[in-house]
Amino acid sequence: MDFGDSPDEAEFRARLRAWLVDNDPGLPASSTDDDYWAGQAAWHQSLYDGGFFGLSWPADIGGHGLPSVYDVILDEELAAAGAPPRPSLGYLVQGILHHGNDDIRRRFLPGIVNGRDRWCQGFSEPDAGSDLASLRTRADRDGDEFVITGHKVWTSYSDDAEWCLLLARTDLDVPKHKGISAFAVPMRQPGIEQRPLKMINGITKEFGEVIFDGARVPAANMIGKPGEGWPLAMTVVSHEREPGELGFVGRYKKVVKELAAQVRAEPYLFKPGPVRELGWAIVETEVLRLHVCRRLSDRLDGIEHGPDGSIDKLLMTQVEQTVGHAALSIGGSGADGRDDTWMKVYLYSRAQSVMGGTSQVQRNLVARRILGLPDS
Amino acid sequence: MDVRLSPEQVALRDSVAQVVARLGPKAVGQLDDADRRAKLETAVAAAGWRELRAASDDGGPWASAVEVALVAEELSRGLADVAFLGPTLAAELRRLAGSEPATEPETVALESSLVSIAISADGQPLDGAVAIDAAGAGSALAVAIDGAEERIGQLPVGDDRVEMDLTRPSVRVTGAPKPVPGATLGERDALGRWLALGLAITSAELVGTMRGAVQLAVEYAAQRRQYGVAIGSFQAVQHLLADAHVAAEGSRAVTLHAAWAVDALPTSEAMAAAALAKAWCARAARTVCETAIQVHGGIGNTWECLAHVHLRRALLSSEVLGDAELNLDRVLAHQHLPHRVEAH
Repeated sequence: MDFGDSPDEAEFRARLRAWLVDNDPGLPASSTDDDYWAGQAAWHQSLYDGGFFGLSWPADIGGHGLPSVYDVILDEELAAAGAPPRPSLGYLVQGILHHGNDDIRRRFLPGIVNGRDRWCQGFSEPDAGSDLASLRTRADRDGDEFVITGHKVWTSYSDDAEWCLLLARTDLDVPKHKGISAFAVPMRQPGIEQRPLKMINGITKEFGEVIFDGARVPAANMIGKPGEGWPLAMTVVSHEREPGELGFVGRYKKVVKELAAQVRAEPYLFKPGPVRELGWAIVETEVLRLHVCRRLSDRLDGIEHGPDGSIDKLLMTQVEQTVGHAALSIGGSGADGRDDTWMKVYLYSRAQSVMGGTSQVQRNLVARRILGLPDS
Repeated sequence: MDVRLSPEQVALRDSVAQVVARLGPKAVGQLDDADRRAKLETAVAAAGWRELRAASDDGGPWASAVEVALVAEELSRGLADVAFLGPTLAAELRRLAGSEPATEPETVALESSLVSIAISADGQPLDGAVAIDAAGAGSALAVAIDGAEERIGQLPVGDDRVEMDLTRPSVRVTGAPKPVPGATLGERDALGRWLALGLAITSAELVGTMRGAVQLAVEYAAQRRQYGVAIGSFQAVQHLLADAHVAAEGSRAVTLHAAWAVDALPTSEAMAAAALAKAWCARAARTVCETAIQVHGGIGNTWECLAHVHLRRALLSSEVLGDAELNLDRVLAHQHLPHRVEAH
């Protein structure tokens, strides 16, 4: 058992650290500023071209085939340099990797990994949130194509995306979990209407609604078999619950580092209460980093994803919201007219207990699938 | 980085778990079963787990703090009512001071607040010092400052027992420690490294306690019926237990990291890692044990329910060498942020 770097890991860390000196794009904070998204594509491509993205993914889709623990090193060094976090799209890659055939993988995965193609995820609907399997968007066969009709919501970055990983109902005559299929839908076509959503912290780029009204997708773009949409969705959301997949440790470390620097610069401005909140944010962020080290080390045994992702999601949520409270306490709400970036970080943290499966759903899963308690 | 346990570490953990499963208390009434307790004591003594930090031939400990943490976690999980923390910290103190290993069972004496080792300056008697985890111990080690030298000294352990933790009695000790021949804490930060080990062990105990308390409450929730169904089928109960399980699982990696750091990192880094783990574990463990009491309902508030035995154990592990708030101050100090105490 060793938390230290192996020689190869140390070499990788040094190379990454040196690269970051010249390649930090200095973007505004993620998820608080719409300008972040404008620079994010270039950052993704730069990170990829530098050889530092897709570390644990297979080489034939543009990854590096390294053990997952390299992602921890990446997150640590990005945060230490003050650079933006790595793009969070591992869950899309994993969904397509596990369920797509060779043709699908070859056509779509390299573009996702290298950042040249932008993707969004069309899962949730106005009447299908936690109860995702009740989704009503339809894909009706028409020759070599399917015609898509329906309404998706919380579709992150949909207006910039070239592609959407879409769940739609292809069979109305079977139980609701069985009749869903998944598609790679081209987004630049008639029959798709974008409606951005303004979130409580003012951002308008990250979440949106998408109306599909007669949009078309080739049948060859179905990912997995007809009816395989539900297992694919479960693969995607189980990875979406994992901080190791998302790279969020880097995001939290960056926030607490900047807050701590503010306090050190002018300690007399801060009362003990807010400083202690920051202290707990430091503690919890480190707890999450080490928990991710454990999870990613377990993958060296080939341990696959089970219900444990719900533990990780709940832990990650606690940490993000503690960090959010520290941001509010140290950075202030902006009510005094000063910069309100930290207020935006705080407000964004409230979404963490909803996105990717609410904390209430995660607790149900932990209780029933892990602790073995009976269904109500 | 590969933080998986080695096969030897897994085997050690499993062997401790087996001993505790066989001989640990399964009910509050069994805490008074002297025969059972003597068998557990014999098994633990024979296994040599209390000597893991004693000096081996090269002067280093027989085992790393990771092995010590694994033993501590499993003993706590099963409410083992035998000494481990005290003798282990005594062995570490002797090793750091270059002294021969103890020939008789001994523990350590802490100052009355329990946050640091008891220190006697120039032969002054100690006032209100506490020998922790003192079952079977005839003496306790403290620090005796003699001019410019930090030595270790020994105090007899009497009968003035305090049994807040029903599994691990403390004993109040008085008098001036008698210097142990040839035992000098030469290394400048020897006591810092000792403290890091103590914080790592108490964190590991808290992890074990949390896991034991969650297991107890889950078993009860699955069998206790109200309104014609198991109470564990109610979401309100499930969510309490899910949160407790997340707290316990989230504590494991940070604690193993603290234990690894004791032997692998410079003292100030090891101290910071240990304080961080202790802050998190101490805060989490109290809530988890309170959840275990709540899930047991009225029964949980009776002496006969094991839930309070876990809570009492958690409170002692928390207080020994500093609770959540004190260790948060140590974390803040390490980060050069405003804090209330010196780092240690």
